[in-house]
Amino acid sequence: MLGFHILSGLLILPLIGAAFILCLRGDGNKVHSNARYAALATTLVTFLLSVAAWFMFDPASADFQLVEQKVWISESIRFKLGVDGFSIPFVLLTTFLMPICVAASWHIEKQVKAYFACFLVLETTLIGVFVALDLVLFYVFFEAGLIPMFLIIGVWGGKRRIYAAFKFFLYTLLGSLFMLLAAIAMYWEAGTTDIPTLLQHRFPVEMQKWLWLAFLASFAVKMPMWPVHTWLPDAHVEAPTAGSVILAGVLLKMGGYGFIRFSIPMFPDASVYFTPLIMGLSLVAIIYTSLVALMQEDMKKLVAYSSVAHMGFVTMGLFSLTQQGIQGAMFQMVSHGLVSGALFLCVGVVYDRMHTREIAAFGGIVNRMPNYAVVFMMFTLANVGLPGTSGFIGEFLTIVGTFLQFPRVAFCAAIGVILSAAYALWLYRRVMYGPLVKPELMSLSDLTRRELAVFVPLVLLVVYYGVQPDSILNSFQVATSKLLESLPNVQTAMLTLQ
Amino acid sequence: MSEINAFIAFPEIILVIGVLILIVFGALRKGQATETVNLFSLIVLAGAFIAVILMPSGAGFGGLMVVDSFAKIMKALALIAAAATIAMSRDYMARENLHHFEFPILVTLAAIGMMMMISANNLLGLYLGIELLSLPCYVLAAFRRDSPLSTEAGVKYFVLGSLSSGMLLYGASLIYGFSGSLQFPEISAAVKSFSAEGGTAVGPTVGLITGMCFMAAGTAFKISAVPFHMWTPDVYEGSPAPVTAFFASAPKVAGLAVVVRLFVGAFGDAVSLWQQIIYFISVMSMIIGAFGALTQSNFKRLMAYSSIGNVGYALIGLVAGTEEGIAGMVVYLVIYVAMTLGAFACIIAMRNGEEEFDSIYDLAGLSKTHGGWAAGLLVVMFSLAAIPPLGGFFGKLMVFMAAVKVQLWTLVIVGVLTSVVSAFYYLRIVKIMYFDEPHQDFETMPVTLKVILAASNVVIVLGVVFMGFIFGAANMAAGSLW
Repeated sequence: MLGFHILSGLLILPLIGAAFILCLRGDGNKVHSNARYAALATTLVTFLLSVAAWFMFDPASADFQLVEQKVWISESIRFKLGVDGFSIPFVLLTTFLMPICVAASWHIEKQVKAYFACFLVLETTLIGVFVALDLVLFYVFFEAGLIPMFLIIGVWGGKRRIYAAFKFFLYTLLGSLFMLLAAIAMYWEAGTTDIPTLLQHRFPVEMQKWLWLAFLASFAVKMPMWPVHTWLPDAHVEAPTAGSVILAGVLLKMGGYGFIRFSIPMFPDASVYFTPLIMGLSLVAIIYTSLVALMQEDMKKLVAYSSVAHMGFVTMGLFSLTQQGIQGAMFQMVSHGLVSGALFLCVGVVYDRMHTREIAAFGGIVNRMPNYAVVFMMFTLANVGLPGTSGFIGEFLTIVGTFLQFPRVAFCAAIGVILSAAYALWLYRRVMYGPLVKPELMSLSDLTRRELAVFVPLVLLVVYYGVQPDSILNSFQVATSKLLESLPNVQTAMLTLQ
Repeated sequence: MSEINAFIAFPEIILVIGVLILIVFGALRKGQATETVNLFSLIVLAGAFIAVILMPSGAGFGGLMVVDSFAKIMKALALIAAAATIAMSRDYMARENLHHFEFPILVTLAAIGMMMMISANNLLGLYLGIELLSLPCYVLAAFRRDSPLSTEAGVKYFVLGSLSSGMLLYGASLIYGFSGSLQFPEISAAVKSFSAEGGTAVGPTVGLITGMCFMAAGTAFKISAVPFHMWTPDVYEGSPAPVTAFFASAPKVAGLAVVVRLFVGAFGDAVSLWQQIIYFISVMSMIIGAFGALTQSNFKRLMAYSSIGNVGYALIGLVAGTEEGIAGMVVYLVIYVAMTLGAFACIIAMRNGEEEFDSIYDLAGLSKTHGGWAAGLLVVMFSLAAIPPLGGFFGKLMVFMAAVKVQLWTLVIVGVLTSVVSAFYYLRIVKIMYFDEPHQDFETMPVTLKVILAASNVVIVLGVVFMGFIFGAANMAAGSLW
């Protein structure tokens, strides 16, 4: 019984939690504290449920599993859920990051109930994106997340929150609507919006190109790829810490997931055709945004630009259309979800104490916050891609995969790795080391127990995945092989392209 | 076709008898009758609603009226909107010293007109219905007799409305002259025989087409579609808020129903001819609706432009000219009525003591002063912006689906772009309510408005669950036209 409806359970649980929190009544502080604990409990139970789903999931099979469906709009547009090797890691990533976000938002005092309700609704939509097996249902979840995210940025964000919220919303909406049109066109072509059926359907090559471009409009914005990444630094900087964590950790992965779920398997010919375009954009993203990151004076903005650069590796790996490249991209997405989320939390720690994110305002705080320095170091190195951390595996595999197809692209991307080391380590030096001269830094206190509790699981996972990458790679190994098998003409087409 | 079959008009008959009794009652009781008339007009509307649901399909009055699934669903919608208007007006009218018993009676009379329009299967029936709707509407617009703005709205509406009625009549006479009949089926047969002869623009065809264009212009006026939309912002702004709520909801449903009856019913075989007209109207309405609203700070004017845009979207379904298109339009209208009533419940509630507010900036910080109200309006606004999983998204999805099927790419791309533009001003209201600091306090929302807002929210939010049901009903309605 449980196994049959476990995915709906994952979707409904956060909604129940949100409704419960909104219904809480009573005197201020008590309600706030109850809301926090209710949110934490809900996200933890959801996490446990997703772990149960993970145990029920059989990575040796490339089929969709835990499938459940009901008639929804019509016989051919159904409410259908299911997971495969590509989606289950993201479901876990989402449910894992959520309790961390809740814990990191413990100090929020403004409209507490609404805040946690927004996060829980957001969790439902995020999980929904990854488990939806119907194109319309996918779109519904894909877009629905905009509402809570708009409010999270706009109500609880920083100074330029209104500008950032609007930019985020309208950018994404514009991109997504083109995807909606493509989805409708696919419906009339294939007669259904059922994703497993669409995966079997071969669309005419000319049509594939248009559909591919329409999906690109949406996923490129979400990803975000250069040159439509400009909403991201604004949104990240203005969002509250937990909002940034979810943005970087999960929302950005929706673009990559979209490529791997729709663009590549459904429009293989178009994917091969447009590969040079993607490679070019990825390289610009990797190198240009790394350079931009070097020049940032705001810590959050720097991490945001580094996210764009890392997503460049993901698109590059995906469209290398090799086993290593795709697996590396998947791994990179999961790893980046943990690492960049953690980096935003690190920035949040000092922001909560100093209420500034300007790099120049810090210096030498290693003397006051040794534990923090260790944690920050961990994630900085993971961001750089130091062997032994999860960041290394993803970057390495994507570069290997790309090298097999486009050696020159891989070479340029490797330069990006060096640049990422430069900006990340330079940031670390300017914030942590140097003389502790600024008087307002003297009173800084080290990580509290709550903050440590937030960081410890992240540190453990980043290291664990760095030395045991198989634990994730296994889950989508079979799925990747199957994906590549279903693109028989790709390898030869790729050769002619070169 | 020739028999009377008066039973077919049972809901209308209920309304007529009810209204006549209420007029006499109100006149005899002078000023004290308003509450009672309000209540009883609601009961009469509810009775008509039940009758509409239970009525069998068929035709009557010698082909003047037709009742099919399409008529039923549209009538039900129009009746709900009319009843909601009366319910919403109660507190407002009392506070504004407009508590006259004529208000519910005028709305009910307009409802009879709408029912006739929706059932029209004959040019005369169509015209009578439209006039029976329009005349009470002119009076309603000027209901605040001592306000120049309201009087101006009434006069403007009346003058321009008469002009459009004139165009309608002229078009109708041309069509009658060249087809030899007032009945839609026979006009349709005439159109068919002309197009079978090659459809060249000579002789009777030209007369028919000219007549059709005049009819299109006249009906476009009634649904405030571009280029006949100019009256909308002024009339919406000048009329008392509950009246505006009525204008924005029920007459649009009836007007679009009449457009569908006319073009699908009478001119169904000349799709290629009217498609261009509706295409232009639809595209321009979407564009003007989106860009016109950008600079508005008056909530009622903003909703006027929003309604212009929404009519444009609904017309996409008609442009497609297919069963899917009409089904999409019906879904769109169901959701549109829910959204409009919800939005106007909030507009009507914007007051403090004697003072009435209608600037969107007065909503600043509403989330902090009136959380539930702000949340309700938030849902309505996101739905108007067509963000899933709210109802407004599904309305757009359905009409876009129909348009994509017949490859109307330009139309849907304009639709997509304008919906991003319009998302901006809907979001601006959310921004004002949630991100800004309060400076204007309102009194608590009256219970009736709360109920309407809640009901609207339930439809919008739970629409995602019951979309299969709504879509099924819409498909049945569209199917009954072919």
